[in-house]
Amino acid sequence: MMTPDSEAALAEAVAGAKGPLRIQGGGTRPIGQAEGEVLSTTGLSGIELYEPGALTLVAKAGTPVAVIEAALAKENQRLPFEPMDHRALLGTKGEPTIGGVVATNASGPRRIQAGACRDSLIGVRYVDGQGAVIKNGGRVMKNVTGYDLVKLMAGSYGTLGILSEVGFKVLPGIEATATLVLNGLDVTRAVEAMSKALGSPFEISAAAHFPETGQTTLRLEGFEASVTYRMTQLRALLDGFGDMEELHGDASRDLWAATRDVTHFAGAEGDIWRISVKPSDAPDVVKHLPDGAKLSLDWGGGLIWAIVSEGADLRGGLGVMAGHATCLRGAAPTFHPEPAALAAISNGLRAQFDPRGILNTGLMG
Amino acid sequence: MEMPAPDVKIMAKKAKLVERLQTVLSLDAVIHDEFETRAYECDALTAYKCPPLCAVLPSSTEEVSAVLKICFEEGVPVVPRGSGTSLAGGALPTADCVILGVAKLNDVIETNYKDRYIKVQTGRTNLSVTGAVEENDFFYAPDPSSQLACAIAGNIAMNSGGAHCLKYGVTTNNLLGVTMVQMDGTVIEIGGAHLDSGGYDLLGLVCGSEGQMGVVTEATLRILRKPEGARPVLMGFDDNEVAGACVADIIKAGVLPVAIEFMDRPVIRATEAFAGAGYPDCEALLIVEVEGSPGEIDDQLGKIMEIARRHNPVELRESTSAEESAKIWLGRKSAFGAMGQINDYMCLDGTIPVSELPYVLKRIGELSKQYGLDVGNVFHAGDGNMHPLILFDANKEGDLELCEAMGADILRLCVEVGGCLTGEHGVGIEKRDLMFDQFAPEDMEAQMKVKDVFDPKWLLNPAKVFPLSVTETRRAG
Repeated sequence: MMTPDSEAALAEAVAGAKGPLRIQGGGTRPIGQAEGEVLSTTGLSGIELYEPGALTLVAKAGTPVAVIEAALAKENQRLPFEPMDHRALLGTKGEPTIGGVVATNASGPRRIQAGACRDSLIGVRYVDGQGAVIKNGGRVMKNVTGYDLVKLMAGSYGTLGILSEVGFKVLPGIEATATLVLNGLDVTRAVEAMSKALGSPFEISAAAHFPETGQTTLRLEGFEASVTYRMTQLRALLDGFGDMEELHGDASRDLWAATRDVTHFAGAEGDIWRISVKPSDAPDVVKHLPDGAKLSLDWGGGLIWAIVSEGADLRGGLGVMAGHATCLRGAAPTFHPEPAALAAISNGLRAQFDPRGILNTGLMG
Repeated sequence: MEMPAPDVKIMAKKAKLVERLQTVLSLDAVIHDEFETRAYECDALTAYKCPPLCAVLPSSTEEVSAVLKICFEEGVPVVPRGSGTSLAGGALPTADCVILGVAKLNDVIETNYKDRYIKVQTGRTNLSVTGAVEENDFFYAPDPSSQLACAIAGNIAMNSGGAHCLKYGVTTNNLLGVTMVQMDGTVIEIGGAHLDSGGYDLLGLVCGSEGQMGVVTEATLRILRKPEGARPVLMGFDDNEVAGACVADIIKAGVLPVAIEFMDRPVIRATEAFAGAGYPDCEALLIVEVEGSPGEIDDQLGKIMEIARRHNPVELRESTSAEESAKIWLGRKSAFGAMGQINDYMCLDGTIPVSELPYVLKRIGELSKQYGLDVGNVFHAGDGNMHPLILFDANKEGDLELCEAMGADILRLCVEVGGCLTGEHGVGIEKRDLMFDQFAPEDMEAQMKVKDVFDPKWLLNPAKVFPLSVTETRRAG
């Protein structure tokens, strides 16, 4: 295992690599099967710039997420996109890094309101497959200078370059949070209720549904008085969608931390799938899942987590679905195959960024 | 600004090219008369003009594909054009190019309130996207100042922003999918109504690529429910630095306004003379707008005004009615017009870290004295996106060049303090040669490798974004 302790050492390690490299941050998200010698980014650690008044933070890629969240909390700020921690779901140990968050574009329930990791990411530095250090974007939140390689790097699973530094737009902390729980809805009605809430002016910051408990959960965040007002309005809006109860403060926070990390499927046997769809397609997709599948919905129905019996390849069996399915654990190919024209572009990009084909070979496409 | 010399071989085969284009488009959709092509000789960067070889106005994705296929086979450069409102020269033609205008592609294809998106053809104007959904109380969030005229195609090409992007993000944060035609005519679909990408984020890559990767003909856009209401507060300060500190304190307090707009004394005076909005005569003026129910607005404005009072404002005026809100916004909205009344102006849009605001304003003042050209500043303060307006006289020999030199100095200053050349207008030709100041050669090489994948022959809008010297061998094919 190589653990370079500077960007220059990282570049040197890549330039001198004789074979494939398996890029690893904290090793908590073993999604897909990469080959080669492990190259760890944990030697690149530390916050390099944090300006609370400008809502910007820049950190080395191997910085633990916990370090970043603690620094932000001290100034009553936060990462807008609630990065998911995969440890509970995937049964992994280790310390998640911010580079790993970016490489997987890990985004939590607030994605529907505040955007994904890629939407908060404003700058990157990375080492490409030939060992060149490249920068793109920067430390300002509006920047259209040249092509947006920042977005390209987000979610590219280390296949186009190894992140050495990442910069974010952050947001002020949240004074109050509350959750409206609707009980006893089936998936179809739950998606209807979530859609109605998300189409309201009441700024729902998360919407999930759990068929096993029959609970549908809608989150409100903001100043105390505003949350109270919107809760009243939301209850009136959803009158007729079943029994209601409310969660406030820590009870609400705990619920959404668990939803974010999919801890309700921690330790479950079977294959783990993550399916991204148009929210109103969710009920139909759910109907096509194999018997005995356990599932939950986030993002108002747009994100389906499913645990199914081992060995099944869900793709092709999900009905008319616009979207994609990732197999996080199981025998099926991890990443959703792309249509030929898009695959040609993706392969072309990969050949340009990593002509020797040594970065995380085996991941994506 | 230098443009590449037109290819005489391409110029010589104009008749053949026009004939071929006429086989796939209706006759009136191929504009080749030398008088008529002048309508396409420039965009909103009017200092530079050049009529194209011809212009085409296809009516469907299929027609766009057919046009591009022909141009690809003939080796003719293509410059895509939305509504031609680019301030950066993004749609400036060369004499050997075909202008591909999307103006006829303006249909709404689908509106879906359940999943909160609208699918449109990209010639549709920004404001008319909101127009298509506002009767149901929805809106499309990115709101560039040119929103009445600018096309979604151009918004996507430049990743346009607007006054309200502090809360809602810019185009790339509100774009869910596109139908795009590649230079060889291949039609591809990227993204859709779902929220994230299965493979690489090609959508994020295409957005802001200034028409160099493909021609986007259809777009799926996120729409949002309108807030219950919105109301601004106006505050005046006798020091730029204090105004800047007030902005930082508002942001840190956890209030997230939809807009924080900043105007300096030259702009305040010009707009007062022009529109008479009743602004105080002071050094710096902020307009801060918040959204929500009447009670929520009162709460937020209360918090904001409490912060403002700590900075000893010379004026603090909370709007209590729609009329008062309109009056507060009147000066800001007429700022560009007011400056235009005084003289010609060049509008820059470099972005800086908010903390550098006082220093950058001071330096701009010094540059103004050094060059002998007046400057006004009006901009989106919450996100550091500056809009210095440099006044010059286009009819005065050498004034444009002087103004450009000063503009370049201001943009270099933005980069120097940790910012960038352009926050929402794009590079086009205007900032092309300044790219060296922001990027190392290998950074630009990484970007150009992306174009190599999408457009290996470098036929799409080839003379933009990157300095001509670094694209020369690629453009030569």
